[in-house]
Amino acid sequence: MVGAAHKDFALIVILGVVLILGLPLMVDTHVLTLLIAYGMLALSLGLIWGFGGVLCFGQAAFFGLGAYTFAVAGINFNESTLPLILAVLVPAGFALVLGALMFYGRLGDVYLAVITLVVSLILFRWINSTAGPDYTIGAARLGGFNGIPGFPILNVPGRPDLMIWGETLYFVAAVSLLIVFLLVTWLLRSSFGRIAVGIRENEERVSLLGFDIRARKTVLFAIGAAIAGLAGAFYATWAEVVTPTLFSLQQSAEIIIWCIVGGLGTRFGPILGAGVLAYLKFALGQQNMIDNMFVLGLVLVLFVLFLPRGLAPELARGWHWITGARRKPTRRNHAPRAEVSNG
Amino acid sequence: MVRCCLKEAKRMDLAVVILVEVLYAIAWLVLVSAGLAVVFGMMKVINLAHGEFMVLGGYATITAVGLGVNIFVAMLIVAPLVVGLFGLIVERLVFRHLYGRMIDTMLASWGLSLMMIGAFKMIFGNTTTGVSGPIPGFTVGNYQINGYNFFIIVVALLLLVAMLAVLRGTRAGLVARGAMQRPDMASAMGHSPDRIYMLTFAIGSALSGLAGAVLAPLIGLVPTAGAGFIAKAFITVIAGGPSLVAGLASASGVFGLVNQFFSFLVSPVVGEVALLVAAVALLRLLPRGITTRFFRGRL
Repeated sequence: MVGAAHKDFALIVILGVVLILGLPLMVDTHVLTLLIAYGMLALSLGLIWGFGGVLCFGQAAFFGLGAYTFAVAGINFNESTLPLILAVLVPAGFALVLGALMFYGRLGDVYLAVITLVVSLILFRWINSTAGPDYTIGAARLGGFNGIPGFPILNVPGRPDLMIWGETLYFVAAVSLLIVFLLVTWLLRSSFGRIAVGIRENEERVSLLGFDIRARKTVLFAIGAAIAGLAGAFYATWAEVVTPTLFSLQQSAEIIIWCIVGGLGTRFGPILGAGVLAYLKFALGQQNMIDNMFVLGLVLVLFVLFLPRGLAPELARGWHWITGARRKPTRRNHAPRAEVSNG
Repeated sequence: MVRCCLKEAKRMDLAVVILVEVLYAIAWLVLVSAGLAVVFGMMKVINLAHGEFMVLGGYATITAVGLGVNIFVAMLIVAPLVVGLFGLIVERLVFRHLYGRMIDTMLASWGLSLMMIGAFKMIFGNTTTGVSGPIPGFTVGNYQINGYNFFIIVVALLLLVAMLAVLRGTRAGLVARGAMQRPDMASAMGHSPDRIYMLTFAIGSALSGLAGAVLAPLIGLVPTAGAGFIAKAFITVIAGGPSLVAGLASASGVFGLVNQFFSFLVSPVVGEVALLVAAVALLRLLPRGITTRFFRGRL
């Protein structure tokens, strides 16, 4: 087991480094940085939905919260190390409270989706209505619909004058994603992760075995929010402005689409889905013939109908077919489904 | 003496205006949620494209009015027909393959909603279109009331009565209710669940179309307008619980009251937020909806 784990980690690191160095040859690093932030965001939902079975319809709320925390704290502290940490902690704390409210209430899947959706809507509405000069946190004005521009971007810790941007930002973000990926891998290999998968598969059985499902789900939810918050911070430093659209329903929708297209129950799938679709959206944005929302919607419908397990498992199958390797038994044979609650 | 009566009269005026506003808010929620309630309440299909179905109804009305159709005919007949037909096609193409897979249905309908937004943008352009309300306003004391609000209230009331009558009084309603409870039994009795689902979905879509059409004169219609409806419709239906009509009426009543109360007290934005907070609190207290505790077993 330990040997296999080391091999796995080594493989991830090697593949990751190759990708980090190889991708800039094909795609502009400015675009790649955005794709990495989105990939991290997709990974956060992929973790809690694909492995924990918690479908959060408002993952964008944590993303936006992370970005806003980074911006607001950045303006107040005039540097970015503490804001970066806060951008992880604030969404995680928020998710801890929200998660405790939901999971200790033993809400079903559908109701969970509704509440997360509503909470992100509340945030969206509220942030949108903060245009007046009264809405300030410390020195930072929330700015309502226009968002917050002009906050300090990422800098070398302890050296506010040494900004990280452009190509350097790409490498920092990419390495961060690799580290997060490794941490997620480690988490899923730990007993906590294996029990989380158990909860996804059969909640009742795991609870009868004596595990506290509510606490575990809440913690997993908070971990997902922390990763989303970090992604939000990277987005903020990349875009150099944060706006309420970060909280919007469309943003939440996109994250879910990335996970579905990439493949649920895999770690790499959501990142792949985010990269491919966000790049597609970027490319479609260059032309005016077809509206890109139309294409995104079509992609989602077609995947749900014909390829509900996503790209990653199919790619893996293709790879095994090419190399002739015996297929490992997959961990998951179908997408998570909600129990129909008849009340 | 005179001054005191004047004051009294003014207060009465304000009370009337507030009453109308509250009734209007409730009626708005009933209208917006009715289509979703039929589709979700009876088939357990969460149609996230509901808002876009409504917008489609609105566009159908505006297009029909532009072609010279009477506005009431356009709202009450053309729009429901168009959206109902559209729902029928979509059900045959997409949703019928996904029954019983709740999350997948939800995702597919989300994809559909994005497609529809994209299509609206391509066809109607990313601008605001609208028709003017056909009923003039009038004044109560010092206050101006929009006459169209009364029309909305009446339509919502008629809608609730009609739903109750169809579900309770007709054979089709009985068969539909039976098929929703036990599809296997209904099919053993010779009714095809597939056809019942298809028709239910079409009727639900038609109701969404009607709602969008009736509300079209009040809002500037933009391709993304659906997002404003879906969340409220969604929480109203879920908070209402399993009883279709009673749930719809009670949840709309609670949320409409909360919304207007805080709108008057603080501001419309706070009213909106209060509605959403009330929804979260209500779901926490009654996770299966209002009608699991009150009005049990009613329709």
